[in-house]
Amino acid sequence: MEAENIITTEELTKRFAGFTAVDAISFNVKKGEIFGFLGANGAGKTTAMRMLCGLSKPTSGKATIAGADVYKQTEQIKKSIGYMSQKFSLYEDLTVKENIRFYGGIYGKTNAFIKEKTAFLLHQLNIENEADKLVASLPLGWKQKLAFSVAIFHEPQIVFLDEPTGGVDPVTRREFWNLIYQASERGITIFVTTHYMDEAEYCNRVSIMVDGKIEALDTPRGLKETYNATTMDDVFLQLARKATRADV
Amino acid sequence: MKQFISFVKKEFYHILRDRRTLFILLGMPIVQIIIFGFALTNEVKNAKFAILDQSGDIATRQITDELDASRYFDLASSLKNYEEIEHLFRQGKVKLVVVFPPSFNSDLQHFNSAQIQLVADASDPNTATTLTGYATTIIKDYQLRLLHDKKLPYTINTTARMLYNSQLKGAYSFVPGVMAMVLMLVCTMMTAITIVREKETGTMEIMLVSPIQPLKIIIAKAVPYLLLSIINIASILLLSVFVLDVPIKGNLLLLISEGILFTLTCLSFGLLISSVTESQQTAMFISLVGMFLPTVMLSGFMFPIENMPLPLRIISRAVPAKWFYDIVKSVMIKGLSFQYVAKETIILAGMTVFLLALSIKKFKTRLA
Repeated sequence: MEAENIITTEELTKRFAGFTAVDAISFNVKKGEIFGFLGANGAGKTTAMRMLCGLSKPTSGKATIAGADVYKQTEQIKKSIGYMSQKFSLYEDLTVKENIRFYGGIYGKTNAFIKEKTAFLLHQLNIENEADKLVASLPLGWKQKLAFSVAIFHEPQIVFLDEPTGGVDPVTRREFWNLIYQASERGITIFVTTHYMDEAEYCNRVSIMVDGKIEALDTPRGLKETYNATTMDDVFLQLARKATRADV
Repeated sequence: MKQFISFVKKEFYHILRDRRTLFILLGMPIVQIIIFGFALTNEVKNAKFAILDQSGDIATRQITDELDASRYFDLASSLKNYEEIEHLFRQGKVKLVVVFPPSFNSDLQHFNSAQIQLVADASDPNTATTLTGYATTIIKDYQLRLLHDKKLPYTINTTARMLYNSQLKGAYSFVPGVMAMVLMLVCTMMTAITIVREKETGTMEIMLVSPIQPLKIIIAKAVPYLLLSIINIASILLLSVFVLDVPIKGNLLLLISEGILFTLTCLSFGLLISSVTESQQTAMFISLVGMFLPTVMLSGFMFPIENMPLPLRIISRAVPAKWFYDIVKSVMIKGLSFQYVAKETIILAGMTVFLLALSIKKFKTRLA
């Protein structure tokens, strides 16, 4: 049985003054899926993602996020998504608990919900002893995991992760992906961009963007077969070499 | 509402955790008032003076005593000849020398008219003018006492009354100035910096993806600084009343409301700066050059606007601090009521609305 589509795009395009950053991309993401969104720097990933998050208005084309239209229903979209940017996005001068409470607060969650969820989250990350410490004092890997947990704190239907594991060691990355799997099992759809090809292998399906277009979209295994490659690295290099656009 | 409260709470954490900045923000008005009140003053007190008394009689001694007894002068030395005057000034030991000619007393007795020469060190022209003025007044007072039982055929007496500030205290003009300066610094610069910081760290993006409305973010950012400013207004007013003896002649409520209005102007300006800059350094630089310097130079607090060339006078009208400075002077020092500052208030309110509208527009277009 096919799961329902939670993200749908049709010919979605974004142009900036004579430059087409995202060129008529069409794809669907299914509910609960871990969707890898790959592409070289400047391929248009971030722009595409910003449109899907309602941060930027598309020039043309259609897109719906959890049933809400990206042109008109951005308020509704904001309620149903979580977002973690490549920049570390917690407040260093606030404690772990204060950060969690703040994000719970701006999503309008009740105190009871926040309290219960915080206890669960601290336990899950095994940082109960650090709850009242300033985030600045935590190691980077912990911060990253905490940032992810905060991004899905309000139980969104979809979470957008923009290169979430940049600068993190392989062990922590592995732990980070365990958290992603756990979230996925709870039914949260994961939309993730990454530069690490081993991470692409962890995704259910992967799309590869080249010069603003989606050049390939399949399961990692399917892609490897199509491009007759042994690793995702190979697949990516074959596609990325076709790029004519310089880094933006 | 819950979102808003969470946000304001977070802003307070930021401010309270950064002890050093908080200390500067709250300490600055106190330090400035004290510096301006006690160190930077153009009143002259206890200036050293010397006499060259070639007459040496009762009248010259009385005049010398009067000068020495006043709080403006202290007798430093008694000279023997003219050459010493030059020498003394070169050493910088005295600011003023009073010369009595040898015939002083006999001229006074026989011709009812005598000369005194005042020699001042005019390398600092303001002090020289002030000191000769003081000395002349003291000598005239002495002369009046000599005359008290005789009648002159014609006398014209001028009596000058210094309205609103009878003692000509410098504090009357710098208290409003410091108030404008401090509010400007706290509100404009800190608001600009705090928003740009969130842009730099990437947390602003997270805010924009969340359901909280941009307007709420802006207001929540401004609330703590508004509160800090009210504390600063209070501490400046308390210091000026109890330490500098500058009374609040007008309506206190009116004064505070005008202070809050000006705070809002500054907050809006800070907001505008934050929406057009990307780094904290740029934001700080623009706040300093765009707001702080005009406040100091063009508000009329350091340099009188009336004496400026026309282009500068026109520019000064665009400086919010100029209007606020006028309002505070009128209300606090002159004790005027609202109707006399209505024009300035409307101009300030207009500037606030304009700046606020512009910055909200900028803030929103950035998202598209």
